[in-house]
Amino acid sequence: MDWNTIISTTVKAAIGVETVLYALAAIGLNVHFGYTGLLNFGQAAFMAVAGYGLAVTVTVLGLPFWAGIVVGLLAAALLALLLGIPTLRLRADYLAIVTIAAAEIIRLIFRSVAFKDVFGGSDGRRGFSDGFYALNPFPAGEYGFGWFTFNHRLLWVLLVGWVLVGLSCLLVYMLMKSPWGRVLKAIREDEDAVRSLGKNVFSYKMQSLVLGGVIGSLGGFVYGLAFASVQPDIFGTETTFFAYTILILGGAARVFGPVVGSMIFWVLLVLVYGVLSGAVEAGYITFMTSTQVGQFRFLLVGLGLILLVVFRPQGIFGDKREIAIDAR
Amino acid sequence: MNGVKIVVTTESGQPVAEVTSNAQGTWQVPVEKPGKYKVTLDANTLPQNVAVRGGNNVRTPTVYDGNMSTVLFALQAKGAPGQPAEEEAGQSSFWTQAAQLAFEGLNLGLIIALAALGLSLIYGTTGLTNFAHGELVTLGAILAYAFNAGVGLHLIPAAVIAVILAGGFGYAQDRFFWGQLRKRGTGIIAMMIVSIGVALFLRYLFLIIFGGQTEVYTQYTGQAGIQVGPITAAPKNFVAMAIELLVLVVVSLALLRTRTGKAARAVADNPALAASSGINVDRVIRIIWTMGGAIAALAGIMLGLSQSLKFNMGQDILLLIFAGVTLGGLGTAWGALVGSLIVGLFIQLSTLWVPPELKSVGALAVLIIVLLFRPQGILGRRERIG
Amino acid sequence: MHAETTATDRKAAALAAFKDLDRDPGVAKPDPILVVDGVVRRFGGLTAVDVDHVEVQRGSITALIGPNGAGKTTFFNQLTGFDTADAGQWTFNGRNMHGVPPHKVARAGMVRTFQLTKALSKLTVIENMRLGAQAQKGESFWRALVPGFWRDQEAEITERAEELLVRFKLDKKRDDFAGSLSGGQRKLLEMARALMVQPELVMLDEPMAGVNPALTQSLLGHVKDLREQGMTVLFVEHDMDMVRDISDWVIVMAQGAVISEGPPDTIMSDPRVIDAYLGAHHDAPLSESELEKQLHEAEAALEEEIVEETQK
Ligand SMILES: Nc1ncnc2c1ncn2[C@@H]1O[C@H](COP(=O)(O)OP(=O)(O)O)[C@@H](O)[C@H]1O
Ligand SMILES: [Mg+2]
Repeated sequence: MDWNTIISTTVKAAIGVETVLYALAAIGLNVHFGYTGLLNFGQAAFMAVAGYGLAVTVTVLGLPFWAGIVVGLLAAALLALLLGIPTLRLRADYLAIVTIAAAEIIRLIFRSVAFKDVFGGSDGRRGFSDGFYALNPFPAGEYGFGWFTFNHRLLWVLLVGWVLVGLSCLLVYMLMKSPWGRVLKAIREDEDAVRSLGKNVFSYKMQSLVLGGVIGSLGGFVYGLAFASVQPDIFGTETTFFAYTILILGGAARVFGPVVGSMIFWVLLVLVYGVLSGAVEAGYITFMTSTQVGQFRFLLVGLGLILLVVFRPQGIFGDKREIAIDAR
Repeated sequence: MNGVKIVVTTESGQPVAEVTSNAQGTWQVPVEKPGKYKVTLDANTLPQNVAVRGGNNVRTPTVYDGNMSTVLFALQAKGAPGQPAEEEAGQSSFWTQAAQLAFEGLNLGLIIALAALGLSLIYGTTGLTNFAHGELVTLGAILAYAFNAGVGLHLIPAAVIAVILAGGFGYAQDRFFWGQLRKRGTGIIAMMIVSIGVALFLRYLFLIIFGGQTEVYTQYTGQAGIQVGPITAAPKNFVAMAIELLVLVVVSLALLRTRTGKAARAVADNPALAASSGINVDRVIRIIWTMGGAIAALAGIMLGLSQSLKFNMGQDILLLIFAGVTLGGLGTAWGALVGSLIVGLFIQLSTLWVPPELKSVGALAVLIIVLLFRPQGILGRRERIG
Repeated sequence: MHAETTATDRKAAALAAFKDLDRDPGVAKPDPILVVDGVVRRFGGLTAVDVDHVEVQRGSITALIGPNGAGKTTFFNQLTGFDTADAGQWTFNGRNMHGVPPHKVARAGMVRTFQLTKALSKLTVIENMRLGAQAQKGESFWRALVPGFWRDQEAEITERAEELLVRFKLDKKRDDFAGSLSGGQRKLLEMARALMVQPELVMLDEPMAGVNPALTQSLLGHVKDLREQGMTVLFVEHDMDMVRDISDWVIVMAQGAVISEGPPDTIMSDPRVIDAYLGAHHDAPLSESELEKQLHEAEAALEEEIVEETQK
């Protein structure tokens, strides 16, 4: 077994593109679910409309990169408004069902043949990231030391990605220690009590939905730019569910919970894959093929999510008294 | 569209496969490697009165590793547009088409209803919104396939065994898992998230064991359609619908007439009151889980029979089940039945106007719109405040 | 000494206002803060609330009593906008309040508490209190991002909250999670939090229910205190001893309607009230045979439902 490769890919995963984009998605979910108690099961849709907003603006409309980013952000905010109006007055479980349904609608439209000219069908869109890489200050080459070596493109994506993660965390931190954040947390506990104290609960939930959606949409940009393409099936319901797993792993309603969660999640996923597929190749494991090893990881994600919620709902580092998830 | 010849080649023209579409007009070609393929529809094998829209009968999809790529050919009635003389004929064909689609919608609606009934009763009695209910559907289909294609049994005994085993699985799930969580006082939102974990776990377990390909049962696959009034369908579809209806009627009667059924509805109505009036709530819930698992499995088998089987077939239909249940009002058995039928009919009939690939979009959109005006669902009740 | 004089004045003034009033349901008050007309709320076939006319005197403590299921909570829900009445008008300080959403009702000065306490468990006691303050600058999204905008106001709010906590003897619990308080302390916290809104009318739904006897006296004291500070109190209570102790006027509801009004010491001798309480056995603990009967009723209701459904 090639331990060197296994360890280096694992270490890289801790700060890799997936870690960044899922951290952003989970920070958004943290605003929704961790702080406000909104069960948004359609986070993937926010990432999708941002990624596609960027892609379509650049490739189909021929507008510059920045215009694409603006369109993507506006699309995410608009989606939040459209989703929020019918759902924010509903019970938590209805909200979950409606958001998951809306996310599916969006995915089906993006992959449909009827709109292939715009969204590119199931192949998606590519060729919209040049404007982003044109801004790259790093000349071509390899950067870093030891296991952390990246080419200039990846370095640029990761730099921008981690800056976005940092800024999002700062924003969440500032907001959640303000009276505004206090209202959100109170809504999570009991929205009728908050209403009785003269707060417009609907408006706060809407603000939370927009904020978390926009932060999540940054993850959609990072995906599109890092892989220089968007495909509809990347933004399926499992993406949202992985983001939930990450959020609970790191601890809901904690500023850095989603970031820590995402790092642990991807490190474990890459490590398990590396070790198991290495073992399969070396002939230590004979009852699984290497494709099945890839699938087995996600089975473990499911198992991990169950065990976490049942035995450590506050996440790995959380404080039992503050858990957001136990709230009914 | 039945019996249309499809030729698949690689991009460079190497032949891969030649298939004929089944009664639903669908077909599948397993390919070895990811990459670009060329798919040609043999226009000569189309029925006399239809043509490919735009005349383009070649598609070149890219197939990714482990994924399925969908190729669609939009068909239209030949010579229909712009010919006033044929107006009359166009009209009657619209209604035949509508009748045909209504029939298919009813079939789908009944399948959804089977799964929805269990989901709704579980919700009503335990408060659990079970995102792993779709996997019970898949389980039924796959178990039946295992006994059918694997062991070599005829589909009918295989299906019976599958339904019984799935019922047992439902029982075990409640006995050893959900029941234990309830005892610990796990909140309903926490349980909902746990059910997502269960769904992921089972789905990937099925993928590992069953594989990513699409399968069909060894019996009743290539049936020729028969004509009944304006409707053409394979005989298996009529039989399947009869079975679905029969099971739904039996379960409904059981809910209405038997002691357990009444108790189940009482628990769904108000668990605390039911418990204080001497009903053994845990026992009732366990029976509901068992029955819910069994009829969800039946739904899976019927779905596999009328379409095909895949490890994620339950995931695909789960949202439609939710749509049916939510439309009717979460937690009410009758709401689930009515809502599911509406969803099934709506999905199929909407293809009169929207492309078939977007048919679920309409149903899900209607779900959202209904909730906008009636947040408690069609037959549901509002919550109390204070 | 001065405070004491005003205290007696307030009580005397309230009592004087009620002195020559009729006992008829819906009798007019000299200076009503809340006037309700024809409020109806139905749940399916059940008419939970059907109040023809009722007025609440400003500066008084008015008790709303009635057997379980009389519709008191539902009536509160209508008045405070938590539920939409099928019909009716009501005015608060002369302002029409029908269809006003709950948060605007609270802002208008009409604040309620809940029968089942709604302490925000995972917020600390002091955060619970701060939440009650109105017109907070830091509660707007953009200004929240700049602490300079709201820091001073937050300090003022905290000061006011701490004063109230001292009065309600919760100051030692200042930084504890509200979830760790006892049931009675939660009731206290909920009432104190409502006062942070600085309301004119306080509506308390069963403030003493589930509170241990040691705390009830202090709760009663707080309720009396509200009137002394110039607020109007409308509260729901079962225990007649407490009602007699603190209220200036009593309104009796039964089966959704106001059936009688009067001063606390004589209201229980009104035959209409006696009928209502004796007629309603809901309040007494259920006996074996009553349970039996309820079960039969439930069964019958189910059967009826079935008949309806099969007819459809
Ligand atoms: N949301 C609701 N749905 C159906 N019935 C309700 C609802 N809320 C209250 N009721 C019914 O209305 C009546 C009045 O209830 P409530 O106002 O809670 O009484 P009280 O507070 O006086 O004890 C009761 O019969 C109760 O069952
Ligand atoms: Mg009440």
